[in-house]
Amino acid sequence: MSKTLFDKVWDSHVVKSIEGGPDVFFIDRHFIHEVTSPVAFLGLKNRGLSVMYPERTFATADHNTPTINQHLPVEDPLSANQLKTLEENSKLHGISHWGLGHEKNGIVHVVGPENGITLPGATIVCGDSHTSTHGAFGAIAFGIGTSEVEMVLSTQCIMQPKPKKMRINVNGPLGKGVTPKDVALYIISKLTTAGATGYFVEYAGDVFENMSMEGRMTVCNLSIEMGARGGMIAPDQKTYDYLEGRSQTPKGDAWDTALAYWKTLKTDDDAQFDKELTFESSDIEPMITYGTNPGMGIGISKSIPLSEALGGGEKATYKKSLDYMGYHENDAMIGKQVDFVFIGSCTNGRIEDFRDFVSIIKGKQKADHVTAWLVPGSHVVEAQIKEEGLLDIITEAGFTLRQPGCSACLAMNDDKVPAGKYAVSTSNRNFEGRQGPGSRTLLASPLVAAAAAVTGVVTDPRNLL
Amino acid sequence: MAYDKFNILTSTAVPLPLENVDTDQIIPARFLKATERKDFGVNLFRDWRYNSDGSPKESFVLNNSVYGGKILIGGRNFGSGSSREHAAWSIYDYGFRCVVSSFFADIFRNNCLNIGVLPVQVSAEFAEQIFDAIYKDASTELEINLPEQKITISSTGASESFEINSYKKENLTNGYDDIDYLQNIKGDIETFAKDLII
Repeated sequence: MSKTLFDKVWDSHVVKSIEGGPDVFFIDRHFIHEVTSPVAFLGLKNRGLSVMYPERTFATADHNTPTINQHLPVEDPLSANQLKTLEENSKLHGISHWGLGHEKNGIVHVVGPENGITLPGATIVCGDSHTSTHGAFGAIAFGIGTSEVEMVLSTQCIMQPKPKKMRINVNGPLGKGVTPKDVALYIISKLTTAGATGYFVEYAGDVFENMSMEGRMTVCNLSIEMGARGGMIAPDQKTYDYLEGRSQTPKGDAWDTALAYWKTLKTDDDAQFDKELTFESSDIEPMITYGTNPGMGIGISKSIPLSEALGGGEKATYKKSLDYMGYHENDAMIGKQVDFVFIGSCTNGRIEDFRDFVSIIKGKQKADHVTAWLVPGSHVVEAQIKEEGLLDIITEAGFTLRQPGCSACLAMNDDKVPAGKYAVSTSNRNFEGRQGPGSRTLLASPLVAAAAAVTGVVTDPRNLL
Repeated sequence: MAYDKFNILTSTAVPLPLENVDTDQIIPARFLKATERKDFGVNLFRDWRYNSDGSPKESFVLNNSVYGGKILIGGRNFGSGSSREHAAWSIYDYGFRCVVSSFFADIFRNNCLNIGVLPVQVSAEFAEQIFDAIYKDASTELEINLPEQKITISSTGASESFEINSYKKENLTNGYDDIDYLQNIKGDIETFAKDLII
């Protein structure tokens, strides 16, 4: 029978199917971090259970970690306690732990691929919804809750009904200044944040084929923002080239065996999807969000949509959202006030994102009133920024580079946007208060963020390229 | 984590008709720093419920003494965003045992089922009927009958059936969780893992 890429990976990981219920689904790789794992470890302790396959779980600290002075003790006692708890739990159960200060430390969805832990055909979970990032390699990767973290630790399995399948096709060349982030924000704006709920997405078409692995990660990362559990892209030569030789990838004969298997991971020509959508690349321009969910995005040259066509409940929610943002229907986005700029996160904290940022700010100066946080996704990214000479350009333009972590994406550490202030952010969520109580977030690409950082207002990056 | 068994729940309900209520609103990230599951209910809807000085926002429904009960009625696409199970914990710890909506986000729905909060998905029309009935009379009770998979508005007698898979239904009515099940098939899992390439 013809199968999709998703079917092939899913079906090969089903230990057992329960009639009228979920599949018992085997997990190859499990990432944990300090926030969503402690209660799971406590659960193991209370039930007297051990970790079944400690070599399949990988711990890194990222959500709570400060992004300056990482050599000093963490000031916030609650954060420090979570970080210490992760370290102790990892040690107790024989789990690899890349804590604060470790040379491989960084955001979980950046360090996984970077070290070759993420592989095609693998099943990957983490107590974090942006685990969908790893789908860029042809893996089935998705976020889970803490109860499920406990299941994976104790049995390497979770209980999941198989999702429906959706394919999203985008073909054609991308316009000037249009990045993978814009492609993703465009798709979400068309589908809404609930448009892919219940589905697992495969991205297909030459737009995704032509993307770098970094770009594919950005797209798959944002799958959850359209409601999908995850999204994936078929592995190809680019995938294998990225992975070969990384510290945790298979070596020698094991590499050859794995590669032969990975080459079978494609959707069969006549395989069926439950839903199929196609978009044109020429319709996509640099995107920016104007509201309080990632589906509220528009081309940067456009004005905020009118609420006329919306129904009762929808209209009230829409108005509440614009009130929160301090915006009005039909406002143009170009020229809107910007107080903060954030480059980083598991969405856009990789080397390519910093290259994009630098391409705009080179030879210019940071706008005086803008506070900018430039946060690499990992120490490896940080080192690349230095090696490629990007740091010099960043410094000359009046910016500073911080240390790796989730930073201003979610207001769990010290990097918070104050109430009422506007932040152009390369992260993934513009929910109310996401970057700090009362903060207002405009999601965008590193190019749009860079343009805002040097002009101090929302600016079309195509005018600066 | 053990939870109360769920069978038939009859209770008044709290209406929250906003759409796309995300888990950052249900519980903001800064309250996720605990290493044990304790008292998450006090920070449920923290920034909608309290001003920055800690005083209650009078206009928010949880601060309105007219409404109460063990059932929360949400708008469409309830629980989107982060996978934080803390969102489900805060709802449970506050005292809710059931959330009703015309559409749930996936991970939130799973998390609820795993900790003993029943997510009941109804049609948009039935959700409207519930809101109308509660706004007309806040003492309106809903009956959530899990064995019969049926939700009924007591004041009007209107009812609708809801979906839940038979495995999860059995878990909830008995207070079991997935770990109980998985522990019993560890032998099968070991056998399965032997043949994996990676």
